[in-house]
Amino acid sequence: MITERDTEHIGQLADIAIHREELALFTSRFNEILEYFDILDTVEAVKEEEERSYNILREDEVVPSLSQEEALANTTGPEEGFFRAPRVM
Amino acid sequence: MPGRTISFHPDDRYAAFLRTIPEAPCGDGRLAAVPVAVKDNISTAGIETTCASRILEGYVPPYDATVVERLKKAGAAIVGKTNMDEFGMGTTTENSAFWPTKNPVDPSRVPGGSSGGSAAAVAAGLVPLALGTDTGGSIRCPAAFCGIVGLKPTYGRVSRYGLIAYANSLEQIGPMARTVADVNLLMEVIAGHDPRDSTSRDCPYHHAPDPEIRGVRIGVPEEFFGEGVDPRVASVVWDAISLLERKGAEVITCRMPSMAYALAAYYVTCTSEASSNLARFDGVRYGPPADTKKPWHEAFQERRREGFGEEVRRRIMLGTFALSSGYYGKYYAKAQAARNNVRADFERLFREVDVLAGPTMPTVAFRFGEKSDPLSMYLSDILTVPANLAGVPAISVPCGKVEGLPVGLQVMGRWMEDERVVDVAYAFEQGGSA
Repeated sequence: MITERDTEHIGQLADIAIHREELALFTSRFNEILEYFDILDTVEAVKEEEERSYNILREDEVVPSLSQEEALANTTGPEEGFFRAPRVM
Repeated sequence: MPGRTISFHPDDRYAAFLRTIPEAPCGDGRLAAVPVAVKDNISTAGIETTCASRILEGYVPPYDATVVERLKKAGAAIVGKTNMDEFGMGTTTENSAFWPTKNPVDPSRVPGGSSGGSAAAVAAGLVPLALGTDTGGSIRCPAAFCGIVGLKPTYGRVSRYGLIAYANSLEQIGPMARTVADVNLLMEVIAGHDPRDSTSRDCPYHHAPDPEIRGVRIGVPEEFFGEGVDPRVASVVWDAISLLERKGAEVITCRMPSMAYALAAYYVTCTSEASSNLARFDGVRYGPPADTKKPWHEAFQERRREGFGEEVRRRIMLGTFALSSGYYGKYYAKAQAARNNVRADFERLFREVDVLAGPTMPTVAFRFGEKSDPLSMYLSDILTVPANLAGVPAISVPCGKVEGLPVGLQVMGRWMEDERVVDVAYAFEQGGSA
């Protein structure tokens, strides 16, 4: 069982704030879903099949990409060609 | 011919579009001047792309997705961006941050989701072709609910470059249209290798649909007609399968035991991937800005609380939890073992049959608000998620109605045998001349 405190903690880990008044409902729905996920406890792995989705990598060569101007086009208030982010310290 | 446009002023009474392009550029080619609607999680250079989320409001991609490039090269006119469940997270299009889309067949009901806008635009006759995306059924569900055709291609057959990722090991872009022939045509245009998507395979799609079904072995897993499937839907789908049998197909009932936990495996996997993929939405590079005067985490938490809807926040949190130390083994690792078993079930069955068939959705389209708690909404994806977990192709083709509401026949095929599921759907569509 997940408690409201756990929900709050997970929200913080995920960088998602939860309003106080949302906590109870979020928590109860979380628990319903996790209870359903318990069916996974019954899974017994069969023989490993060949994995078909894998990354096909290319040589690390420079290819055309976005200009700095294009990369910054969707940000608010860039500064001297850089993104502006909240302070870390 | 450079500079050519088509005028597009649809009567969008079902709210299928988030935005339309009144004078849409077009060119020459196989789709010359054909209006095509594009789901709003597919990047379109110069056209706002939001994934139906407040967190991307105002975002104008600086580049086209590969599929959009391919459409333009074929002469198509991109006439608008269609509504969807926010980031693809939903089964009804009610989770759009902007407005719900209505089902053109019955406006008191949902069009399905998450590509509900694309399905409604096609079903209402506003466009002949649309692109959707399918992570756990998001093309096939709305196709079934709105009475159109939708194909989820084999994973890797259509480039995902420029698709704003939600659960990248599961999702594919695919075609939606009113007929199998049109779905096939759009698939021909969008499929093919793309070095910018590292999971893209060099397996182009050139195909003329063939309605000959004699000798095709159709497996029907019992689990697709199990608990939760409306008996009236089951009956319509069985009639459709019987029609294929009368036309010469061999029908074989079979079992797919991994269906018992496929849905849980799917939701653990997609939420885990979402928790990582959606970490990029922080108000720094795009979308409404974070408050840069506040400390890092506080600013992000606030921005993301305001920018993401409830379902998106729930899925990010579920994924964060499933990947957290102490729970990883119980949830994520088990889900991957389960996913492997689903894939193994398909492999085993496809040694005995050529395709698998069953209903696309357990029921007909819901009324608005009918699925108010998240788990009951998730459960309605039970029949579509197996194909995503295994990466195999699956199509939904209209096969009848229950009380006036469309029912979809789902046909799943072997890896990279998209042509065959198209052919079986085509054989059904061509009708009862046994």
